[in-house]
Amino acid sequence: MEKRQIKTDFLIIGGGTAGCYAAYVMSKKSDVKIVIAEKANIRRSGCLAAGVNALNAYITEGKKPEDYVEYAKKDANGIVRTDLLLSMSQRLNHVTEELERLGLVILKNENGKYAARGTRNIKINGENIKLLLAKAASSGKNVTILNHVNITDYVVRENQILGALGFDVNEPVFYEIQAKAVLCATGGAAGLYRPNNPGFSRHKMWYCPFNTGAGYAMGLLAGAEMTSFEMRFIALRCKDTIAPTGTIAQGAGAKQVNARGEIYEKKYGLTTSQRVYGTVTENREGRGPCYLHTKGITQAQEQDLYKAYLNMAPSQTLKWLEEGKGPAMADVEIEGTEPYIVGGHTASGYWVDDQRRTTVRGLFAAGDVAGGCPQKYVTGALAEAEIASEAATEYLAECREFLFSDEFSQASEQKQKEYEEHLKGKEEREILSEEQLEEAMQKIMDEYAGGISSGYQYHQAGLFIADQKIKKLQELMDTLGANDMDELMRIYEIRERLIVCRAVIAHLLARKETRWHSFAENADYPQEDSAWLKYVNSKMDETGNLQMIYRDLV
Amino acid sequence: MSIRIRKEACVGCRRCVEACPGNLIKIDIDGKAFIRHERDCWGCTSCLKECRAGAIDFFLGADIGGRGSRLSVAERGDDWIWTVTRTDGSVRQIQVNKKESNKY
Repeated sequence: MEKRQIKTDFLIIGGGTAGCYAAYVMSKKSDVKIVIAEKANIRRSGCLAAGVNALNAYITEGKKPEDYVEYAKKDANGIVRTDLLLSMSQRLNHVTEELERLGLVILKNENGKYAARGTRNIKINGENIKLLLAKAASSGKNVTILNHVNITDYVVRENQILGALGFDVNEPVFYEIQAKAVLCATGGAAGLYRPNNPGFSRHKMWYCPFNTGAGYAMGLLAGAEMTSFEMRFIALRCKDTIAPTGTIAQGAGAKQVNARGEIYEKKYGLTTSQRVYGTVTENREGRGPCYLHTKGITQAQEQDLYKAYLNMAPSQTLKWLEEGKGPAMADVEIEGTEPYIVGGHTASGYWVDDQRRTTVRGLFAAGDVAGGCPQKYVTGALAEAEIASEAATEYLAECREFLFSDEFSQASEQKQKEYEEHLKGKEEREILSEEQLEEAMQKIMDEYAGGISSGYQYHQAGLFIADQKIKKLQELMDTLGANDMDELMRIYEIRERLIVCRAVIAHLLARKETRWHSFAENADYPQEDSAWLKYVNSKMDETGNLQMIYRDLV
Repeated sequence: MSIRIRKEACVGCRRCVEACPGNLIKIDIDGKAFIRHERDCWGCTSCLKECRAGAIDFFLGADIGGRGSRLSVAERGDDWIWTVTRTDGSVRQIQVNKKESNKY
């Protein structure tokens, strides 16, 4: 492998929503050297590739940031960091205005105000939202963008971040990036559990399937404290296409109904997890399948839905047309997705302070990879990116040196050897592949750690089996060969997911209650217990095992 | 669900390679784009929108209700023109204005 050495003040890992925005705001206010390392190309990478048609975190007229904090706290049944939520909420409207300045089309009402969709959401034409963010990030003169560079590890000594290591996903190039400060903005983790469509359309999932938990895994390996991995996220989606339901529910006023036509949504409560649980329960008790009741909407509404979905989830419009039955003629079937780990909807991720500093010195986190602050959506991720970049600017003003340069070089050499070992290629006798390991992992997580097939329910005995089996898969990692850089990327994606799986299992075992139906449906402890009104945190020790830490609510 | 790249229409500009959020599209020895991992497509349609040659179609797998129709898209001023071509050759077009399409 050819080795490329880069030295920068600030390294941003992941050029998605938060990463691009952090580079943009930092470059406006500071002349430090900024590098974004992105696995794909920042132009369309990350969660926003297909576009979005609403900003779901906005303080609408008559509401206060504190109201948003209350909403998110209630939705997560108390397990949130209100300090993080408040600092995010206070910036939601300001970052929205900035998005509009960058060129985002936000719909207005007759008074010239942003058109609301529900109480916390505004309507946009956001097909091009990622293009706008990428352009903003690229506009900074002090920003260097490394596209197609996959970062796999931090280098940390004495709890101080020194930089990160990775490789080009197309060419045999090793990247050694020394940095004074690092922002992790890699997103959450999809693909841990067997997905809704495990065959040909295995990646037709809610969350970005290319977000494989790199940031979580790197943080765990570096000994960072993490939080709330047991608060999984499961989305309620249109069946098969896994397209959003909110557009139909809020836009066309459609209610959730069971196969008998009974409206069931209020029976179980209206939090995000209760909505999923309601659908799961109706199915389990024989009243499914469940639907969004759209039959009878007007032709004009149907046309509007076709357009709205083409703007963010084209599969759904194509499905309606393939079936020859649009939503005006037939209700839309819904289902719960496989569980994801994602700090932008639930609260899994780095344990950070209100400046988005992690427990590793010089390492910041923003967006889906940052914990404790759910319901952030796009605008919340931008708000966190802004907070983190301001904090990093202050940090960099004091930290002028590259530290532990010798130790950095040693770690770098070791990692390059590790990559090169895999790159010796697949041997003829090699039977296993990274794809087989992925399937095995998803099967284990589905069957023993509360996936779709068990109605999201798990118990201790099964979780122990899951942990043993995942550990056995981890032992196979070193044996995998890669014939090119693309295969190397896939090996490291599996490695990340396996690490995250073990963290999820450890957290599910630790919380001995059912605080959120479906998200964490603990069959051994089916009740909510106020003794567990606390954070379940963890740190990985040197042997690769997770040490649990319990913290009182902030 | 995935995409099909029509090799004869591809001009080898690499725009789709840079658009794919999953690094799934590569260039073959003839300089034409191909999808290396067909099953790993997320269905975001970024590549369709970036392709100036109209060489990429999107389709649903049979496992999620696909019946062989192809979806393509072309940019015309402020509009996206989405076209569904069914296996019998019939065509349905939907025009989506970039600034005024979203009622929801």
